[in-house]
Amino acid sequence: MSDATISAGAPASQPRASLLVPDARTRKRNAAEARFRAYGLGAIIISLLALVVLLFTIFGGGIGAFRQTYLTIPVTLDAAQLDKSGNRDPEEIKKVLTLAYGKILDQSLQAVIAQNGIAIEGIADKDVSNLISKEASAQLRAQVLADPELIGQTIQARVLVNGRVDGFYKGRVTMESAARDSNTSPAQLQLAEALKDKGMLATKWNWSFLTNPDASDQRPEAAGVGVAILGSLYMMLVVLFLAVPIGTAAAIYLEEFAPKNRLTDIIEVNISNLAAVPSIVFGILGLAAFINFAHLPQSAPIVGGLVLVLMTLPRIIIPARAALKSVPPSIRDAALGVGASKMQSVFHHVLPLATPGILTGVILGLAQALGETAPLLLIGMVAFVKNFPAAPPAGLFDPASALPVQVYNWTQRADPAFMERASGAIIVLLIFLLCMNLFAIFLRRKFERRW
Amino acid sequence: MNDMRILERAVQQTDIKISARKVQVYYGEKQAIKDVDVDILDKTVTAFIGPSGCGKSTFLRCLNRMNDTIDSSRVEGKITLDGEDIYDKRVDPVQLRARIGMVFQKPNPFPKSIYENVAYGPRIHGLARNRAELDEIVEKSLRGAALWNEVKDRLNEPGTGLSGGQQQRLCIARAVATQPEVLLMDEPCSALDPIATSQVEDLIDQLRSEYSVVIVTHSMQQAARVSQKTAFFHLGNLVEYGDTDDIFTRPRDPRTESYISGRIG
Repeated sequence: MSDATISAGAPASQPRASLLVPDARTRKRNAAEARFRAYGLGAIIISLLALVVLLFTIFGGGIGAFRQTYLTIPVTLDAAQLDKSGNRDPEEIKKVLTLAYGKILDQSLQAVIAQNGIAIEGIADKDVSNLISKEASAQLRAQVLADPELIGQTIQARVLVNGRVDGFYKGRVTMESAARDSNTSPAQLQLAEALKDKGMLATKWNWSFLTNPDASDQRPEAAGVGVAILGSLYMMLVVLFLAVPIGTAAAIYLEEFAPKNRLTDIIEVNISNLAAVPSIVFGILGLAAFINFAHLPQSAPIVGGLVLVLMTLPRIIIPARAALKSVPPSIRDAALGVGASKMQSVFHHVLPLATPGILTGVILGLAQALGETAPLLLIGMVAFVKNFPAAPPAGLFDPASALPVQVYNWTQRADPAFMERASGAIIVLLIFLLCMNLFAIFLRRKFERRW
Repeated sequence: MNDMRILERAVQQTDIKISARKVQVYYGEKQAIKDVDVDILDKTVTAFIGPSGCGKSTFLRCLNRMNDTIDSSRVEGKITLDGEDIYDKRVDPVQLRARIGMVFQKPNPFPKSIYENVAYGPRIHGLARNRAELDEIVEKSLRGAALWNEVKDRLNEPGTGLSGGQQQRLCIARAVATQPEVLLMDEPCSALDPIATSQVEDLIDQLRSEYSVVIVTHSMQQAARVSQKTAFFHLGNLVEYGDTDDIFTRPRDPRTESYISGRIG
């Protein structure tokens, strides 16, 4: 019956246009589509450029932190200066301060210069002694304390040189800038060059950047991210052991078990709101609740971790709920239909299917927590921490730093060598984040199942 | 309707398996089922027919309390299984569902192996003491669902990799594996092609020897082909319930007559 209406409805009067020539409407439509594609491509190019510039500046500035200039000279550990009693009693040796070791290093360097006949015009004694980092004497002392038998021997000591000389070999310091610098001088750099010619001074790969703790303002060459990595790791442990189980349990309860009423609606809205709360607010909360009220120690990874747990919870709950929601209801019906209890249907069938989504949310939440700075500043993790925290769980209460805070800390300091360290720390942080994201992708691929 | 088999099948059974009296179902304020009285016989296929939205699926889901999972639903009246009220406070719906199995409209195997799909029910109900017994239950259930010969060599492959008809028979095997007394089927063939449909229908006919089967269907031909008793639902009311050949050949209610002759629905 409908055949009649079709043939009657077609307008017979219009001439049929050729398919080979697009009409004005089609041309307009195609032009709009082409424009939109161009905008999209442009947006991607701009973001890629931004990324490239960012990575280039960070890696350009930070790669130097992974290389360090060392001076290797024979050092005679004079027993007369280091162990006056002569009985190698560790308690006695401990009484000798770094000043004495500094003197020994100074004497050794002077001896090397004299032996090799290095003569630099206009070089002051101060330039010679300052060539060696102030940290070097402390490191030498630590080496001797660890092995008192070294006293009296002549050892090949590998010592840090000062930050300016190190910077000279990384292109940060030039002869011109040295002339205007009170911390170094062209003569000192010439001395370094002469020592380099003799093979005693070299710039090498710097593992100690990853293992050393922070160092004071005058010793950028000794600063490392060791304590910060450990602190961040401890905080991630706290987040992992608290936020992940609490977050997943909350998500499962809200999504699968909770009755849908006004109360759960309010909870739902508030979880979404919490995810949008600026992180510094969590810092204030942590300061008030954990430090002022619960009297937990300042600068401790436990407090930082707890604050990050609060911050991460909504960011774990929301994707976990979305993952649970995306499991088709037919699976739940199937499980209930064969007589599984609600909990069996959730844990045997729904949860395995939601696992990749939940894990992705968890890891991205952790990654976000790893890079968080603001709340940690408020609970005192910005303090200068030279000592490594003990092993967990006791170490969770020791003061520590965190990677992003260490970056912030170093950018505040005057010496340009710290800028390099800050960029180096950013590289370490980025590598950690990259690894976590790769792990998230791996997990998603591994657990993804079709149904 | 011209299927001659209707006339060959008289109902021999008279044992009442499930009995419903004055059942009302509400979704929030809306009443979906009004005053339904029905007696479902043991070892019989009972078909629920009716136009879309008439409440036949809703009523089916009341029989094993699947409606409990919908927050806003409320059931009044009395439904008994072997004389026991299934809506009694002391009844655990989980235990009830082990005795009243269900097969759904869309084949919904678990995303696990074929073996695990069938073994899941017996496992959670502790029906097998060891692996050998479980193997036996799985084989028996798959044979019961006429699927054994097709899948016996690939029991460890995922159930989701089977064809639609095979998946639906897998779901029937899964339902049968828990050794239920009643099998509820909610439009089990609506997602299947004609060949798979006829396989499932043959299977339903075989299942009748052991179970009481209740099937909801949109297809009147299917109801006529597989069932001995038919209930016609319209707008939440049970309009007519009786022997299938009576309903299709001598309907008493004018609404039933209009529906089976294609004027409403």
